[in-house]
Amino acid sequence: MSTAVDPRSAEALREHDEVSEPAPGGGMKVAGGLAGWLDDRTGGAGFMSYLLKKTFPDHWTFMLGEIAMYTLIICLLTGTFLTFWFVPSAGQVVYDGSYLPLQGVTMSEAYQSTVDISFDVRGGLLIRQIHHWAALLFIVAITVHMCRVFFTGAFRKPREINWVIGTTLSMLALIEGFAGYSLPDDLLSGTGLRAAEGFIQSIPIIGSYVAVIAFGGPFPGETFIPLLFSVHILLLPAIIVGLFTAHIVLVFVHKHTQYPGPGRTNMNVVGYPFMPVYIAKAGGFFFLVFGICALIAGLVTINPIWAYGPYDPSPITAGSQPDWYMGFADGALRLLPGWLEFVMFNRTWSFNVFLGAIALIPVLFTLIGIYPFLEKWVTGDNREHHLLDRPRNAPVRTGIGVMALSTYLILFIAAGNDIIAIKLHLSINDITRTLQVAFFVVPPLAFWVTKRICLSLQRHDRDKVLHGRESGTIIRTAEGRFFEKHEPLDEYERWTLVQQESPEPLVLGSQADANGVAVKHARKERIRARLSHFYFKDRVAPVTPAELAAAHHHGEHETLTSPETSGSLEGPPETQGLGLPMSERESVKRAPEKDL
Amino acid sequence: MVEDGGSDPRVPVRLDDGHHLGTGGLPAVFENPGLPAHVHRLADDDEAAGRRAERQVATLFGVSMLGALAFLVAYFAIDYTTDVFVPGIGSVNLLHLALGVTMGVSLLGIGFGVVHWAKTMMPDEEVVEERHLQRSSDAKRKEAAGVILGGGEMAQLGRRPLIKYSLVGALGLFALPFLVQVVGSLGNVTETDELAHTIWDIEPNPDGSPGAPIRLMRDPELTPIKVSDVTIGSVFHVMPETLKDSTHVLEDKAKAAVILIRLDPSQFANDERGRKAQDWGYQGIIAYSKICTHVGCAVGLYEQQTHHLLCPCHQSTFDATRDMDVIFGPAKRPLPQLKITVDASGYLVAPQGFTEPVGPSYWER
Repeated sequence: MSTAVDPRSAEALREHDEVSEPAPGGGMKVAGGLAGWLDDRTGGAGFMSYLLKKTFPDHWTFMLGEIAMYTLIICLLTGTFLTFWFVPSAGQVVYDGSYLPLQGVTMSEAYQSTVDISFDVRGGLLIRQIHHWAALLFIVAITVHMCRVFFTGAFRKPREINWVIGTTLSMLALIEGFAGYSLPDDLLSGTGLRAAEGFIQSIPIIGSYVAVIAFGGPFPGETFIPLLFSVHILLLPAIIVGLFTAHIVLVFVHKHTQYPGPGRTNMNVVGYPFMPVYIAKAGGFFFLVFGICALIAGLVTINPIWAYGPYDPSPITAGSQPDWYMGFADGALRLLPGWLEFVMFNRTWSFNVFLGAIALIPVLFTLIGIYPFLEKWVTGDNREHHLLDRPRNAPVRTGIGVMALSTYLILFIAAGNDIIAIKLHLSINDITRTLQVAFFVVPPLAFWVTKRICLSLQRHDRDKVLHGRESGTIIRTAEGRFFEKHEPLDEYERWTLVQQESPEPLVLGSQADANGVAVKHARKERIRARLSHFYFKDRVAPVTPAELAAAHHHGEHETLTSPETSGSLEGPPETQGLGLPMSERESVKRAPEKDL
Repeated sequence: MVEDGGSDPRVPVRLDDGHHLGTGGLPAVFENPGLPAHVHRLADDDEAAGRRAERQVATLFGVSMLGALAFLVAYFAIDYTTDVFVPGIGSVNLLHLALGVTMGVSLLGIGFGVVHWAKTMMPDEEVVEERHLQRSSDAKRKEAAGVILGGGEMAQLGRRPLIKYSLVGALGLFALPFLVQVVGSLGNVTETDELAHTIWDIEPNPDGSPGAPIRLMRDPELTPIKVSDVTIGSVFHVMPETLKDSTHVLEDKAKAAVILIRLDPSQFANDERGRKAQDWGYQGIIAYSKICTHVGCAVGLYEQQTHHLLCPCHQSTFDATRDMDVIFGPAKRPLPQLKITVDASGYLVAPQGFTEPVGPSYWER
């Protein structure tokens, strides 16, 4: 063919070229050109537009996870800077830097380099303090984020995997934090490591071997700091970043949950597109979090290791305490009584240490991790949930959550029993004994109180839907009775208060088949029915249209009749005839006269 | 729950007999009213408000730039030894303070600027995106299962059990070298005996006679202690004289730390424990391991009036008058006592080491 390109000519290479649309002028031309270049090589345009169009619902509690993400990034940035200067070595040297009070003191290279970062590296102290503050905030943010996810039921199908990933992340964050603050080898953190070695020794059977393996012989040894350094800057960050990436990817895959409200259903997501709104909001928020970390770091000193001095096994300071997130485990150690250590079979069983220091954290996080699966088994709910629960609408779950928080809080307070005793001039023995009792008494109480509060909030919601919002306007009738005018809710406000499901407990099926033979798993099902009963028995159902109509019908009736017909507080006789309870009877509540 | 669908719509539902799902022509539950109408912001309609917002955002970005420039100035201009007094905070290093504040301002300027921009000028009308169930369609699942099972079949996994089992074995064993390598490269597990020994232990002389007692030395000066130095009520932090020759100072200190107290002999409890404590001491001077039997902190807080020794880590409290018995807190065992006496020159010495392992409990102690 004469039109065909000669296969040997260089023209043949361009045969299948497609000419891109010329981009608009100016900066767009460059950007468009670059985007085109990238798409030619990756075919990513489709994915990119899908990603940038993604919708995120708006709520302030959705920022909590973001804070965790940003503080993690801040820790990675500042931590990288710190590795330039930090020397992970327990080798002993004599200090000769610019901080006068320590000159001539023998210390480890780890401690010396940390003091150098604080005094001899320009801006080093700022970076160190941002690192420490961001790490503290990281764990605060994770914890509060976790509470939000728990109390709104966001862990339900299909998000159980992400809940487990998040739980693992929060546990690793604790260990990462502990490893980090132990590295400077100052007196406080060294005492912490001394205790950690004691914890390890308490493990039955293998404790002393594990301790010797970890510390390379007797404590403190010279191998632990370098080991801890690798764990802190490489091993754990790699796992954390990996899991965190999976966490975020799953959020994109599942699309974000949303709070119930008008227009929001289980099968949609209502919010703002990633481009430009969320890129701006989330990107701006990163700078806000970073800026606040920098401000705090500049203004508030944290972990002044130069004041503690280098680690030496002999001295100690009063008020030795770990960073806040290890407080609950430290508190557990303070509350566990000594009689939990005993000798049996000629071996020492040191449960007074083991339970609080070694077992507590894995047990706690396992319980957290399996909660979605337990709840699913009890409720039998196998549907996907993308609409969040208002915590009051899941009273038992909310109660369990508050119960767990109260337990945590008691352990946390126990970690400060010495400080409380000093500051409040109380007996440390009394505080400790009280907290030991509180550990068993307060959580069930917290559960019960929370559940009752949830139920009464639900009743309040019902009341509000049926009778409207209290307007604050007091009306006085001709014969001197006072009413507060109630304003009806519009349908959008009302929807949020009536949208929830209100399941009834599972009903136990027949325990035996037609021939009277007990059904398999009958016992399991009985337990399940009992738990379901526990979970759902106390319920306040949302208002139905019929109930609202009835309330309106009655309300109009009364406001028309009651002022004229009777001055009696019992209301008109025809209303009484309906047999309605007092609380339901009036759309306008009477204000007690003595209050006016 | 009462189903009440068929009754006369004009008769109101009774509210005192439970929850009603629907009556007459009314639906059982409310219907979602849909998104409320969008309310415009000021800057959406008013160009002047828009321009004002633009200026505000630009100002915030300007503040950020100033902050960054101020950071640079501070970095180079401020001497790092200068301290300033800030009310409410105290004395702080000026360079550190200036860097923190300027960095904070430069970051917050960007942050507030961008968020303000998003809130005033970027679209605030909510959009709706549909969801789909997470699971794949049945056809897709079937296809995936087919690929996997087919692949296994092609590899003859089912038909060749020998390969299957030997592969599992090989992979299982393959993990061992790594594990052994990692664990083996760390500490030497035969060193667990070390936990029971301190440098207070006295080696017998080559001829079999008991070795010389070890002097008690002040920590950290390492000077010997005369009986007359130890007045009633005083406390000494003590290390063994052998620490001078130690090649592993911190490791040896971590086990050998001792606290020395002198009580009036009448203050000891009048029971077996009180007497034992006195017997092992010298004229009311008693020496105990300073390593807490709970998790190993230094038991450093001595209350002179009550003769209680308190561990600052977890508040275990030991009674000096009763052989350091635990009277409060999470520790179980009393602190081990170091038997002491006086040598020919009048210095305190320990004629024997600790008779039990010091420090936290462990399995085979």
